[in-house]
Amino acid sequence: MAQDFRIPGRGRVDRTKPIAFTFNGRTVEGYEGDTLASALLASGIRLMGRSFKYHRPRGVLTHGADEPNALFQVDRGPGRADPNNRATVVEAVAGLKVSSQNHWPSLEHDIGQVNDLVAPVLTAGFYYKTFMWPRSFWDKLYEPAIRAAAGLGVAPDAPDADRYVHRNTHCDVLVVGAGPAGLAAALAASEAGKRVILADEQAEMGGSLLADLTATIDGKTASAFVAYALKTLAGRANATLLNRTTAFGYYNHNHVVLTERVTDHLAAPDAKLPRERLWQVRAKEVVLATGAHERPLGFADNDRPGIMLAESVRTYVNRYGVAPGRRIVFATNGASAYRAAADAKAAGLDVTLVDLRPEAEIGPERALLSGNELLAGHTVVGSTGGKAVTGLIVAPLSAGRVGARRTLACDCVGMSGGWTPAVHLFSQSRGKLTFRTEIDAFVPGSSVQAERSAGACKGTYDLAGILAEGWTAGAEAAGVPSTRAFAAAPATPTGFRAARVLPTDADPKKVRAFLDFQNDVTAKDIGLAVREGFESVEHVKRYTTNGMATDQGKTSNMAALGLVSEILAKDIPQVGTTTFRPPYTPVTFGAIVGTARGETFDPIRTAPVHEWAAKQGAKFENVALWRRAWYFPKPGEDMHAAVARECRAVRESVGLLDASTLGKIEVMGPDAAEFMNRMYPNGWTKLEPGKCRYGLMLKEDGFILDDGIVARMAPDRFHVTTSTSGAPRVMAHMEDYLQTEWPDLDVFLTSITEQWGVIAVQGPRAREVIAPFVSGIDLSPEAFPQMAVREGEILGVPTRLMRVSFTGELGFEINVPADFTQAVWEALFAYGQRFGITPYGTEAMHVLRAERGFIIVGQETDGTVTPDDVGLSGMISKAKKDFVGKRSLARPDMARADRKQLVGLLSADGRTVLEEGAQIVADTQQALPMKMLGHVTSSYLSPTLNHPIALAVISGGRARMGETLFVTTPAGFTAVKVVAPVFLDPEGKRVEGLVEGGVHA
Amino acid sequence: MPEPVAIHARRAPILAPSASSAVRVLPAADRFVLQMKAPRGAVLPSAAGGFDLSGPLNSVRGRPERFAARLGPGEWLLVCPEGEGTATEPAIASDLAGRFFSLVAVGHRNAAFLLSGPHAADILNAGIALDLSDTAFPPGSATRTLLGKTEVVLVRVGEAFRLECWRSFAPYVHAFLQDAAREFA
Amino acid sequence: MLLVPCPYCGPRPEVEFRCGGEAHIARPADPDALDDAAWAEYLFARTSPKGVHAERWLHAHGCGRWFNALRNTVSDAFITTYEMGEPRPDITGGR
Ligand SMILES: [Zn+2]
Repeated sequence: MAQDFRIPGRGRVDRTKPIAFTFNGRTVEGYEGDTLASALLASGIRLMGRSFKYHRPRGVLTHGADEPNALFQVDRGPGRADPNNRATVVEAVAGLKVSSQNHWPSLEHDIGQVNDLVAPVLTAGFYYKTFMWPRSFWDKLYEPAIRAAAGLGVAPDAPDADRYVHRNTHCDVLVVGAGPAGLAAALAASEAGKRVILADEQAEMGGSLLADLTATIDGKTASAFVAYALKTLAGRANATLLNRTTAFGYYNHNHVVLTERVTDHLAAPDAKLPRERLWQVRAKEVVLATGAHERPLGFADNDRPGIMLAESVRTYVNRYGVAPGRRIVFATNGASAYRAAADAKAAGLDVTLVDLRPEAEIGPERALLSGNELLAGHTVVGSTGGKAVTGLIVAPLSAGRVGARRTLACDCVGMSGGWTPAVHLFSQSRGKLTFRTEIDAFVPGSSVQAERSAGACKGTYDLAGILAEGWTAGAEAAGVPSTRAFAAAPATPTGFRAARVLPTDADPKKVRAFLDFQNDVTAKDIGLAVREGFESVEHVKRYTTNGMATDQGKTSNMAALGLVSEILAKDIPQVGTTTFRPPYTPVTFGAIVGTARGETFDPIRTAPVHEWAAKQGAKFENVALWRRAWYFPKPGEDMHAAVARECRAVRESVGLLDASTLGKIEVMGPDAAEFMNRMYPNGWTKLEPGKCRYGLMLKEDGFILDDGIVARMAPDRFHVTTSTSGAPRVMAHMEDYLQTEWPDLDVFLTSITEQWGVIAVQGPRAREVIAPFVSGIDLSPEAFPQMAVREGEILGVPTRLMRVSFTGELGFEINVPADFTQAVWEALFAYGQRFGITPYGTEAMHVLRAERGFIIVGQETDGTVTPDDVGLSGMISKAKKDFVGKRSLARPDMARADRKQLVGLLSADGRTVLEEGAQIVADTQQALPMKMLGHVTSSYLSPTLNHPIALAVISGGRARMGETLFVTTPAGFTAVKVVAPVFLDPEGKRVEGLVEGGVHA
Repeated sequence: MPEPVAIHARRAPILAPSASSAVRVLPAADRFVLQMKAPRGAVLPSAAGGFDLSGPLNSVRGRPERFAARLGPGEWLLVCPEGEGTATEPAIASDLAGRFFSLVAVGHRNAAFLLSGPHAADILNAGIALDLSDTAFPPGSATRTLLGKTEVVLVRVGEAFRLECWRSFAPYVHAFLQDAAREFA
Repeated sequence: MLLVPCPYCGPRPEVEFRCGGEAHIARPADPDALDDAAWAEYLFARTSPKGVHAERWLHAHGCGRWFNALRNTVSDAFITTYEMGEPRPDITGGR
């Protein structure tokens, strides 16, 4: 497609580097340096989208990050498609496939535009008013209808094929924005040798100077000044220049987050490069030089394609060498549009300028236009056209009265309603805004963090002033205050008269003057909202959705605010302003996620025998961050068969479990026993070295926090074990008391969870399996009784060998330094073949302990369970005056007879395996809602007993032994008998290994 | 009782040592956590079992293969080549005689990586929020911190950065660092 | 992300820390001497002022030490941090 609207000899695009992309399937040509918007305009394409609500034809409104209309689906290949890209910021790259959004079947012919015809009913609060009643319509009718209408683009359906990285960095001065103020600030700050980062969202640094063909700075053209500044900065090792980088969030203590688009502008990026880099910057000082956004004017049908901002016309002409139209009418209430008109004229375009202000109010900008090009004291009352503007309807104003209409034929309108300083980041930093009436804008007031604003974002619009302000800010931020005057010519005229909606002779009820172009909010909607009682600007915003689209109201917030203030006859500061929140512009999910996906989403902790287990075909389950062997199916076995086999092996011969994930803490010091006494309910003073004890740990509120075996290795040294997931919690709990309540105690804690691998060898043959490998320890039952610990060697490496059992069988837990675990395991496994040794996983472990009635913290307990609730009141020392949780256990509530207590349940039919979490009731005939007595905490089919077993917590459970209760199942209630929570070997004889062969409980 | 089996268990580290350019997996080492009360102003021994404990908090003293990193006011991570720990333990006990301290062997608890080259700090800063520039974290610095979602100990003995993490976190740390190093390959 | 001034390590990123709630609530020396209401007060009742608040912080992924901090809950500014056991600093001097 020919670039009919390209202006010869103008613009910064590289005419030696042509590129082509497709737009809705049509090939569009442009040059390197173009944005999608400038390339489309160069080819005469004005219609770029359909509006959200009314599906009105829309073209580009702006030339930058504030664009509300031209939102595109951009497709860079499989897994690289995303919606809602602003055509004004996406660089034109060879091979891109872009398409417009929110229309069907096509952009030109869109069914949805019927909404425009029924616009009178689609007013503010339409959804709130319409989709209310009847209730039965919510799910089937309203929600699908709203969902179908919601959203603009199409969410990608393939996983993101790109890579994203994060980078933390620090600097002395972060300068946001590389327009004249930012460049001057960066020059000043870096001159002082400080670490400076200059970030700018655009491909090219220079900001407004890139579109300035008339200004000179210190005798250089604007373009030459930019080149000089960037060259100077690039030559300073202490300055980092980040273009294509948006500072989108300003958080606490000068933590500013930037997103850098690394490869989107490259047709064939190097595969090793990430698509985006998220910079987490911690800056000592921040200089905000974020510029200002131009405001549209409010008049009827101000949204036709071809109607854009005046400065955008100037930018397309000067920076991109593109004529957005041949016959351009500018409409303004201030001076800046005159420069745009003059530049368009200089490019050979036909211009007329309509100024709301009377001739007498117009300042030096008047000289930029000839007499017949200016209509002073005129208002705009409408536009003509369909998919492109064909005329602007204007009328003279005299003494507040609108005179005779006339239509100015045109193919482009450049409007300017004044400027809104981009105070987003300042506001995010919690700085307080102040209102300056003469520029009708909020500007930064008092700072909360170490930052300062400079230039247009501070309401300074005169180029010399901007540069001087930037320099001062940069120098002060670097801690070396200095000033520098820049000779900028010509002087920038800044005259301006605030206007809300332009005066009109039409029936205001029929005028649709758009304020928020993206969400289709009109001046009329704001009026309606205020009439309906929404006076707070925050409420008006939510009710009308003004400013709530992806552009976050960059071009509309001030217009809506001004209108509310006008209707309420209150000053703008009294009406207030909406809160600016991150992100400044939309950020990809990929950039936020960074490396946290795939194998680096979260650490996956594996135990020392993990690889061996994986080779054996083990299935794994997640326990906290650990991945533990769950069961070891043999060919043809399902989980149930595998677990049953593993359980039988432990009961009848011997099994091996990798228990390395258990938390372990070495408690060492002369006061170690005293510390243990205070931390645990049971007594530790009398536990001899070489002995183990079960420890139940409570929180100060008396509820169970964790449990585990504790071995006393020496008078001053305890080896404490915790549950797998409780390890960090217990360590933190102990350390907190040690440091903050009892700093006088001479005790130190060291986490040794990962120092020691643990192999549980469980079953009647356990002793025989380990015996050949152990040296220095007498394993005989007399010398090494249950709950003893010994230090010696196994396979020639040190071990802490414990005779403990979580299965009810004779068993040992072999602690060896972690890297030796696999070798020891393999040796035991090989030798144990003669006994049919069987590796077992966590599921069998759960079943085995449940048969014996051992609790699991987090399964039988839920943070509201006391030792007595689970039948462990015997653990509580009566002799100790105090321990953590003791006082709370004395509260009357903790001794109530109807507390939920641990019991066993047997299904009356002998077959039904209950569901864990199922609720329990006494009477199935009672009225709803039923009284719940408790719930099932553990439930298995016991391979040993060959029938289902369950543990449950039930109100007053211990007094209900023998009762029949009812448990919910997916099919209804099932009857259960309440029994003691021990199903096997209640006397605990099996740990002596005396029971040989098969088991009959 | 059967005859003892005369084999010696071999070490199986979670990651095999490797010498890839930017991110190296270091071979096994002996390590200890030493803790003792060290109130502000306390004079700390410069020789304890061959380790210098006198450096300030968040500093390291020693050589790349044998150093003491002071990670807390009263906490040191002692690292030495594999095998040297056996003699170190009694030597520390004797040098610190008269003080109350806790010494716990953690040689198998940690895995270690070495990052060197001009982009070492950039790679680490993909997941570490600290300022790792030469002025803020010069050679001789050491600290515990976070890399991504994992706690690590970062030690700078000499120009290169040594990173230690708990054994089971090593695959995550390794994958994380390799991902971050990709763009500098 | 806050920058938390650890009294041992200096300013460090918030991710390394854990906030432990209100400071200067000592565990009663003799819990049995408290009636249920007083014990409940110790266990559960905390102030949540708008403005300067004394808080416990743990440099969990740093030096491992607990310390106290005066933080302005409105501005998030840390006014000062100090070691466990030290009294709450008097900041009536206008900070
Ligand atoms: Zn610290």
